[in-house]
Amino acid sequence: MRIEKRLHDSQLMVYLSPLLALLLTLISGALLFALLGRPPLGSLYTFFIAPISDLYGLSELAVKVTPLLLCAIGLTLCFKAKIWNIGAEGQFVFGALIGGAVTLQLAESEGFWVLPVIIASGALAGMAWAAIAALLLTRFNANEILTTIMLNYIAVNLLLWAVHGPLKDPDGLNFPESALFASQTLLPVLFEDYRVSIAIFIALFMLVVIWVVLTRTLLGFQLRVMGENHNAARFAGFNSKKLIWLLLCFSGAMAGVAAISETNGPVGQLIPTLSLGYGYAAIIVVFMGRMHPLGILLASCLLGLTYLGGEMAQIDQGLPKSITGLFQGMLLFYLLACDLLISYRVVPNSRSVKPSAITQ
Amino acid sequence: MTLLTRKTFLRLLGAASLLTLSASVFAAPLKVGFVYVSPIGDAGWTYQHDEARKIVQKEFGDKIETTFVESVAEGADAERVIRNMASRGYDLIFTTSFGYMNPTIKVAKMFPKVKFEHATGYKTAANVGNYQARDYEGRYLAGMVAGAMSKKEVIGYVGAFPIPEVIRGINSFMLGAQAVNPNVKMKVVWVNTWHDPAKEREAAESLILQGADVLTMHTDSAATIQAAEAKGIYSVGFNSDMSAYGPKTHLTSSTQHWESIYSAKIKAVLDGTWKPEAIWHGLKENVVALSPMNPVVPKEVVAKVDAYKMEMIAGKRAVYQGPIYDQAGTLKVAEGKTLSDEELHQQNWYVKGIDGKIPQ
Amino acid sequence: MDIGLIENILFAMVRTGTPLLLVALGAMMSERSGVLNLGQEGMILVGAACGFIAAYAGGSLGLGVLAAVAAGIFVSLIFAFIALTLISNQVATGLALTIFGTGLSAFLGAAYVGQTVTGFAPIAIPFLSDIPLIGQALFAQDLLVYLSFILFAAVFVVMRYTRLGLIIRAVGENPEVAHALGYKVMVVRYCAVMFGGAMAGLAGAYLSLAYTPMWSEGIAAGRGWIALALVVFASWRTERILFGAWLFGFASILHLLLQGYGYEISPNLLAMLPYVITIIVLVMMMYRQKNQGLFAPRSLGQPYHPLK
Repeated sequence: MRIEKRLHDSQLMVYLSPLLALLLTLISGALLFALLGRPPLGSLYTFFIAPISDLYGLSELAVKVTPLLLCAIGLTLCFKAKIWNIGAEGQFVFGALIGGAVTLQLAESEGFWVLPVIIASGALAGMAWAAIAALLLTRFNANEILTTIMLNYIAVNLLLWAVHGPLKDPDGLNFPESALFASQTLLPVLFEDYRVSIAIFIALFMLVVIWVVLTRTLLGFQLRVMGENHNAARFAGFNSKKLIWLLLCFSGAMAGVAAISETNGPVGQLIPTLSLGYGYAAIIVVFMGRMHPLGILLASCLLGLTYLGGEMAQIDQGLPKSITGLFQGMLLFYLLACDLLISYRVVPNSRSVKPSAITQ
Repeated sequence: MTLLTRKTFLRLLGAASLLTLSASVFAAPLKVGFVYVSPIGDAGWTYQHDEARKIVQKEFGDKIETTFVESVAEGADAERVIRNMASRGYDLIFTTSFGYMNPTIKVAKMFPKVKFEHATGYKTAANVGNYQARDYEGRYLAGMVAGAMSKKEVIGYVGAFPIPEVIRGINSFMLGAQAVNPNVKMKVVWVNTWHDPAKEREAAESLILQGADVLTMHTDSAATIQAAEAKGIYSVGFNSDMSAYGPKTHLTSSTQHWESIYSAKIKAVLDGTWKPEAIWHGLKENVVALSPMNPVVPKEVVAKVDAYKMEMIAGKRAVYQGPIYDQAGTLKVAEGKTLSDEELHQQNWYVKGIDGKIPQ
Repeated sequence: MDIGLIENILFAMVRTGTPLLLVALGAMMSERSGVLNLGQEGMILVGAACGFIAAYAGGSLGLGVLAAVAAGIFVSLIFAFIALTLISNQVATGLALTIFGTGLSAFLGAAYVGQTVTGFAPIAIPFLSDIPLIGQALFAQDLLVYLSFILFAAVFVVMRYTRLGLIIRAVGENPEVAHALGYKVMVVRYCAVMFGGAMAGLAGAYLSLAYTPMWSEGIAAGRGWIALALVVFASWRTERILFGAWLFGFASILHLLLQGYGYEISPNLLAMLPYVITIIVLVMMMYRQKNQGLFAPRSLGQPYHPLK
């Protein structure tokens, strides 16, 4: 067996490869569960179907997808231009911290402007945090992978400091969390008794925005060129520094909005463990979604589903968390590996011609 | 679903018929769920809760069916996990971390028939009780041992986060130490994590550098005990008996045994006598205990600790028994007075003799 | 400050830096060959779990170390097969490896939580360990720390003075040209990734058999990520990796020590120190050599297929 590059990417495989990956995951998953002495089909059902078998499950999937998708939207533009922003996590946390502080200030305020101000404060804070990395990169040539990873840890410690100190609930018996946010500062939910809020529309709207930007604007062209080659961008006559600032700030703002969707949504206060790794998980989403807006939407839904499925497998099947991690990793491996078939094909050795013959 | 209907049906049958056989003989097992904040493999807090779960499962046999979900972060995920458990036929749900308090209360409102028990919080509701361990009582006794064994009269304490529970433990340990040696001092180092063994070990060694010659900690792992063993100084464990990690130098551990609370609560639900109450159990109820002492601890110290323990169980002695002064020398507990449970909950001051300030 | 205290700080600095040094050396090697493996955290965890299990069950620390290294290599091969042979996206595959490795280590180690083994004890080298200031830090450590010195020296020599180092770099800079010159790009990359796996596994063994001889879930506590950042910090240069690992180790000790010396700053703010210091030092280094840019291998993270 040999792997051979296709002349053109296979359009069929663009859609077929994820299905193949899913099929492989189902087979290996069934084997894995059977080996562990669990009912294979029941376990798979619990993993993929049970979590979204009712309206509540679907709404919870949307709750989980909202912050993932928002972070991934910003990262997609960065990664297209090969700016390796690993810092959505820190931008999320700093956005939550500042957004939360503003929310607490507005506890007594009423009016249509309250929510927009809160969302804007989160976005600006996320932007400011990303701007540090942009400054260090453009001014001091300090690699953004390093600075954004370090800034993640710094932001988490800032949040810890704030909830142990200045933003601690005065009536909270000294526990490290803020007061519960006032009801008018929370994002309106779509249905009563469900937690999915209007933030999902913001995420979907921004998804359309970047789709348009990527396909229809000069900016989209510029960042693709920059992604191809940083030097070429310079020759093509546009300012790559400006682009770095723009993309990092945009991605920070998206992470900040994601934070508000969480703090002023399902959580409703500032707590030490706000981000459940959304900033990191979003990186997987971007690549699994092949940096395409529709792709990242599907990828964030699938990743979100595996989180929900992991919980459900523990509740219904008593599977330990470690197994759900194994299973999740396996699913990702298959998805990534099957993408091979888009640009390459596997041919048996006997049938193949010499490589030189292909190129000629 | 089928389980639920079958059980309801059988209960109706049991009530309708005049048979004296208890319904529980026929009924499907009581479904008991546990929600854990960290992996069971953390070897600390969650591990102790899961040990207790295994003990009650054995005790009640096929009358109950226990399941757990581990590593549920105290953010947006907690509410979904608790709600999914409640909606999937669980009858009694234990949520074992402070951050689950608000989600537990919220879900409990939607599922009035399900019983909830929340650990370490302060809110109750019609179907929500809370429970806690008076681990500070064990801390006090362990502190007596530490105070008696310290030659340099400096105790080192590795703390995770400055939350009330940890502060209470620090003060109680100090009061115990001072009960046998009034000159003893204490230094505290915060590691900002519940679980990072290597960091805990460094913190322990930094305390040794500062002159501490007996160590204890309020984090998950036994790294502090190992650090002390390696340097040949004494240590006191927490959560579980940690003597295996320091065969020569481990003096004793202040341990927690949740099974007596779990057993009582499950029994109450089975008997139909469950009430929402706030319970805070300690030495008297065997929820808190001291592990076997190292033979190096002199007999008279062991005898004194035992005597104090008996007096505490009999209600003749309290940990916070006046006069107690804070660091500034202010009288916090007057002669002949003790602290109420509410005051214990809110503690945000250090007793005299502890170095440094509580981080704010 | 008295000299004893400084000696102690340096000792702790080397020990804290050791797992970072090991992982970063391996990651650098694999990145130098053009492969970005973000699965370090997962590989450390699998190494730590397997090392502990083998040492506990087999009763020998040496066996534990071997098992950890083998386990690290094994999981790195999963990555290599998917990322190199099947030409998948390296960033995402590495992240998937971390998820997979975290789950695998927890699954394997579950039965060993709460157990302990007698770990590697420090061995002071006569005379050398008596050197003032640095004697304790460099010559009174345990065997795995000494091994990290040897491995550092080996990587340094290989990368700087040998043909092998040249080949690895060539493959990382321009695989097409390296291929045209007759070097087996895939073989080199596979070996580099496996070396990275071995080093991460060794770092895991250091954590679960020397530093804190026990297994508990998530014992790596984010060290894989820090090590990845340190490779960038070091601009992919071996000697700077040592500097970076020890600097980070020093800053991690410092924030614990400062708490004890009555600096009444919130421990949360002090805990930022290692990260802030790393950024500041990086900026200072970059400022001094303004126009030299980074030394990132040119094909880092790029998919490569030998037959065009």
